[in-house]
Amino acid sequence: MGAAVITIKNLRKNFGSLNVLKDISLEIRAGVIYGLVGRSGAGKSTLLRCINGLEGYDEGLLTVDGIEVQSLKQKSAREFKKEIGMIFQQFSLLSRLDVYENIALPMRCWKYRNTEIDKKVKGLVEVVGLQDKLHARPSELSGGQKQRVAIARALSMNPKILLCDEATSALDPKTAASIISLLIEINKRLGITIVVVTHQMSVLKSSCTEISILENGRIAEKGSVEEIFLRQPQALTNLIGEKDHFLPDKGCNIKILLSQELYDRPIIIQMARELEIDFLIVGGELDRFRESTLGSVIINIPENDLSQVGSYLTGRNVSWKQVSSIECRQGSYLQEGE
Amino acid sequence: MLSEVFWANWWRYFAGIIGPSIFSTLRMLVATMIIAFICGFLLSIALIMSRHDGLKPNRNVYRVLDFFVNSIRSFPIIILIVAISPITRAVVGTTIGENAAILPLAIAATPFLARILENIFIEVDRQLIEAARSFGASNLQIFFKVIVKESVPSIVSGTTLATITYLSATTLAGAVGAGGLGAVALNYGYQSFNNTILYTAVLIIFLLVILIQGAGDYLYRRL
Repeated sequence: MGAAVITIKNLRKNFGSLNVLKDISLEIRAGVIYGLVGRSGAGKSTLLRCINGLEGYDEGLLTVDGIEVQSLKQKSAREFKKEIGMIFQQFSLLSRLDVYENIALPMRCWKYRNTEIDKKVKGLVEVVGLQDKLHARPSELSGGQKQRVAIARALSMNPKILLCDEATSALDPKTAASIISLLIEINKRLGITIVVVTHQMSVLKSSCTEISILENGRIAEKGSVEEIFLRQPQALTNLIGEKDHFLPDKGCNIKILLSQELYDRPIIIQMARELEIDFLIVGGELDRFRESTLGSVIINIPENDLSQVGSYLTGRNVSWKQVSSIECRQGSYLQEGE
Repeated sequence: MLSEVFWANWWRYFAGIIGPSIFSTLRMLVATMIIAFICGFLLSIALIMSRHDGLKPNRNVYRVLDFFVNSIRSFPIIILIVAISPITRAVVGTTIGENAAILPLAIAATPFLARILENIFIEVDRQLIEAARSFGASNLQIFFKVIVKESVPSIVSGTTLATITYLSATTLAGAVGAGGLGAVALNYGYQSFNNTILYTAVLIIFLLVILIQGAGDYLYRRL
């Protein structure tokens, strides 16, 4: 993991009187898969388009590899775009060109020699696994295959950065997962920095190392995926909504967050044995991330055991919080313990 | 009715009057469409570039072009043929005959084709244009390698439509003594009370329309 390849400082953008991006600052380090999440209209796609200069911005600074994007004019702005590949939700392939020519299109625009194009295209179809579809038209391909062609096209100029604008949102979960694993492979093998815009939590969890949550044109939270999903800040809850667990009204419900270190320790069983208390397990979930597993368990304990359980958990550095069935549904907390 | 005398007469008319007029019509039509397609295509590039949602928006340029296209299209062709006769004389050297008809026909067909092409080009998916921008294609590359490439079948069907429209327009060229099937049908047929010539000319125009449409459809399917 290297130094920041994309640096954004106090970025602002308006569409007419509409303030789409308000004071965005973030850094994306070379070689990571970075996630930008948020609800529709939060400004995430606009922010992505600012990175490769498809959209301009009104204030602030956006540098890629130390070059300020907005300062580039005409030819140099087009040259700069070679460094950044992009894929889209609707694949954006030319329906009247076959797979080969679609992948070759950027190179044709930049007047590469035919032998060079041929070599590059044949290498790329192998990377994305479409060797047997070289002369198929996009209409003969499935959604996942189309996105693979788009990925090959985006890689044809040997970019340093790959931008993915809701690249898996039009695909079924299984196909989406295969596209994600392709992106991860590309990230690892070619060392390309990938910026992913998505509203699919599964994409974030399985591919990103760091994320930013955008809310109304601002960055509400940023950090590593595990940290944010473990901490469950309000911005994340706003985005995914709290799960509607049916919790008992009697006693206290406690949500215990299982981080990577705790995941393979039988912490809950230990607690039951050591404190000699009985409790109900009323809910729980596990999330697989790219390199780790995080989860949470909700237990129901009698009211008078609360302080004992709380100090036991806090003493062992386990994150927990008390939740009630009503608050759970509303997505806010009664009390937070660290 | 269909006696030997009839067929002898019909052949006399066909060989002497109708046959040559078919070639006259086709000459005018082909020349008109070639000139109009080239000029209309260039004009459509300017329109699609300068449009408010175009590749290089320029309000003033678009307004001027738009006004120009609308005003020429507002003339009925027969009026245009007569009205621009001074220009025709200056360019072609005469105001009568086939060549004198081609100029006003081409002038009328140019904005018509430009508008058809503009409408075809704006239908191309905006996301394709954005994708092309994302890998650094220039405006002209986006126009030729993406927009035109994607709309080839529509260009064919649009041109077929324009060709048939201007086939009927060439019949008005008789007004400047240009001949052709339209003039034959009117002068030798209708005004000479010769139904044989009139309906033969009409039938041939009808067959030409079917032929052009068929060729257009064939190309559309093949592309």
